[in-house]
Amino acid sequence: MPQNEHIELHRKRHGRRLDYEERLRKKQARAVHDRSQMAKKLRGHKAKLYHKKRYSEKVEMRKLLKQHEEKEQKNTVEKPDQGAVPAYLLDRQQQTTGTVLSNMIKQKRKQKASKFNVPIPQVRAVSDAEAFKVVKTGKTNRKGWKRMVTKVTFVGESFTRKPAKFERFIRPMGLRFKKAHVTHPELQTTFHLPIVGVKKNPSSQMYTSLGVITKGTIIEVNVSELGMVTQGGKVVWGKFAQVTNNPENDGCINAVLLI
Amino acid sequence: MTEEVEAPQVSVNFFGEDGKELGGAGILVPIDISTNELQILCNQLLENSEDPVPISFFTDDGIEIRDSIQKSVEKIDFEKTLKLVYQPQAVFRVRPVTRCSASIPGHGEPVISAQFSPDGKGLASGSGDTTVRIWDIELELPKYTLKAHKNWVLSIAWSPDALKIASACKNGQINIWDAKTGEQIGKTLSRHKQWVTSLAWQPMHKDATCRLLASAGKDGNIFIWDVIKGAVVRCLSGHTASVTCIRWGGEGLLYSGSQDRTVKMWRVDDGVMCRSMGGHAHWINTLALNTDYALRTSCFEPSKRCIRPETLEESQKIAQARYDLAMKTAGGERLVSGSDDFTMFLWNPTETKQSVARMTGHMQLVNQVVFSPDTRYIASASFDKSVKLWCGRTGKYIASLRGHVGPVYQVSWSADSRLIVSGSADSTLKVFELRTKSLYYDLPGHGDEVYTVDWSPEGTKVVSGGKDKVLKLWRQ
Repeated sequence: MPQNEHIELHRKRHGRRLDYEERLRKKQARAVHDRSQMAKKLRGHKAKLYHKKRYSEKVEMRKLLKQHEEKEQKNTVEKPDQGAVPAYLLDRQQQTTGTVLSNMIKQKRKQKASKFNVPIPQVRAVSDAEAFKVVKTGKTNRKGWKRMVTKVTFVGESFTRKPAKFERFIRPMGLRFKKAHVTHPELQTTFHLPIVGVKKNPSSQMYTSLGVITKGTIIEVNVSELGMVTQGGKVVWGKFAQVTNNPENDGCINAVLLI
Repeated sequence: MTEEVEAPQVSVNFFGEDGKELGGAGILVPIDISTNELQILCNQLLENSEDPVPISFFTDDGIEIRDSIQKSVEKIDFEKTLKLVYQPQAVFRVRPVTRCSASIPGHGEPVISAQFSPDGKGLASGSGDTTVRIWDIELELPKYTLKAHKNWVLSIAWSPDALKIASACKNGQINIWDAKTGEQIGKTLSRHKQWVTSLAWQPMHKDATCRLLASAGKDGNIFIWDVIKGAVVRCLSGHTASVTCIRWGGEGLLYSGSQDRTVKMWRVDDGVMCRSMGGHAHWINTLALNTDYALRTSCFEPSKRCIRPETLEESQKIAQARYDLAMKTAGGERLVSGSDDFTMFLWNPTETKQSVARMTGHMQLVNQVVFSPDTRYIASASFDKSVKLWCGRTGKYIASLRGHVGPVYQVSWSADSRLIVSGSADSTLKVFELRTKSLYYDLPGHGDEVYTVDWSPEGTKVVSGGKDKVLKLWRQ
C-alpha cells in the first residue's frame, strides 16, 4: 500500500508521460472491442450478471440520450391556451366570478352518490360527555337529567325556551352564533354571511337537531349577497358550507363553501 | 234619453322625422281617437292607403301615443295644434324567440363568436378550439369544420354577399373561407403582430364583389386587405393603443375606436386619417353605425325573403337603394361609441368633430352598443347588468331594461326593431320588448357565460354561444 500520494506528487513535478493522451484515446477506443470480446467469451453465472449489468447501463444511456434530444428539439406545435374568451374580455383582468359551472349536473351526480365531497372528510367524533355538561337539579342537587351544551350552537330566530322544568338541553346565549365567515374556494375571498341552519353534524343526529356546530359540521348559509345564479337564471340564496375550525375555541365560525 | 257626450276635439299636425310637415293645416280630431284611426289618417295623407304601413306617433316631447291621444298626453292644450311626429314601422313583424330549438355540440372549447350570414341562411361560429364551423341551419347540424388557425378564433365576419367568411385569430392571422364549400380562399393573411380584435368588410354598394376587408389589431394598426390578391392594400396606423372596434361606413369612410381614447375616421380611398374625435376618458370598447343593419344585409331584403339578386349589378343597385333608404330615415350617418368610462358618445362624424350627445347613466363599462335596424334607437349592453335604450337621433335616454343578474356582454336587435335579445354572464338570454320596455321572455339553458348572441337578419332565429362550448339556436 502506498504510504503517500506519490503518483500525484510525481505528476505534479514531472508531468505525465508524453504519449499519455494518445494511449488513453487508444485504450478508450479499444475498450468497446474488449468488452464485446468479453461478453462473447463469458459463460454461465458470470455471463448472466454481466449482461444484466450491461443491459441496465444501456437503458440508462438511452434514457439520457432521449432527454438530450427532447431538450434540444424546437417545439413547433403550439397549443392554444385553455379558457378562450372573446376579444372584448381579452384585455380585462379575468375576475374569477363564482360561476355556477354547470352545477346542476355535478350536484345531481353528487346526490346520486349521496355523499358530498367535502373539504374535511374525516371528522373527529365529539362524544356526548364532551359536548354536554351535566347540570345538577333538584332541591338538593340530586338529579342529573339536565344538560348544558358546551359547544357553539345555532338557534333559529323563532326558538323560545321551554319552561325550566322541561328543558333538557340548555344552549347558552354566549355560545349562540348567527353569522359565519365563509370562504369561497374559487374566489379565495371570505364573506361574513348569516347562517340559515345546521344541515348535518357528523357526530350525531341529535347534535344536528340541537344545532351544535363543531369542526366539520355542514351549515347552510345565506349567499344572496354573492350574486350566484343557477342554470335557470335564478338567484341562489342558500348554500352549504363546512366548518373548518373549532368554533368553541376560536370564538368565531370559519367555513368553506361547498361548490 | 241619454245624451251622447261628444269628445272635445284637438287639431293635429303630422310631421315627418326630417321635420317636414305632412298635409297642410291642422286636422281636427277627437281626443279619444285611437292609434289605428290615426294610422289610417296618416296613411291616407302619405298616399299609401292601398298598402298601409304601421305607424307609431310621438309628441314633440317624445311621448309615444298609445291607445288614444287622451290617454297618452296628460295636458292637452286645445288652443294649439298638437304636433305629432310619425314614424313608419317595419311592415313585417318578427315573432319573439321563445324556445331553444337545438343545442349543437361540436366545439371543444368556448364559442367566442357566432354570426348569421346576411341572408340569414348560413351560420358560422368561431371558438377557442381554433376552428371555425359552418352550420346547417335547417338541419341544425354541423356542415363544415374549418381548420387553419393556430389559436382562438376571436372574430368572424360574413361578407355582405354572403359568399365569404373572414375569421381572425389570436395569433393575428386572418383566413378567408368559401361559405358554400368550406374551403379556404387564398392564403392566410398575416401582418398583425398581435391578435385581431375586429373585422369589417367593404359595404356592398361600393363593390359588389366584396374584395376589401379591414382588420383591426391589438397592435394599434388597421389593415385593409385585398382578399383575392391576399395582400395589404393600405395600412392605417395612427392609433397609439389597441384598436378595439372598426366600422366600415357607407360613405367610403372607416371608423375605428381604440384604447387610446379616440375615435378616428379614415378615408379608405387614400388612407388618410380625416378626423380624430376625443372625449372619452377611458378605452373605447365598441362602435356602432346607424346604417349597420342596412350595410350588413346589403342586397338581401328581409321583407322579400332575402332572395339573392340575379346579377352583381342588380345586387349592388339594391344594396345602394337600401342604404339610401336607411340614410333617409336616419338623416345622416351617426356613430355611437361605448367606453370603459361608463358613457357613450353620439357623433355626427361626417360633419363635425364635436359630439352630438354624451349618454351617461351606466354604472359600469359599456361593452356593446347597437343601433336598431330602423336607426331610431340605440341599445347598450353594460357590465352593470342592464341594457339601456337611447334615442338614435338625439341620444336621449329612453329606458333601462333590467333582468340580468350578471354583466351583459352582447345585445342584438330583431329585424323589425321591436325586440332585443341580450346575452349575459349569468348564463341566460333575455328577450326585451320595445313597446313595453320590459322583459318579454327569459331564455335559460346555457350552462355558463354567454359570449355571443346574434339575431338573424331576417328575424326567425337567434344564435348564442358561450363558455359551455355549446351553440344554441332559438326559435319562435
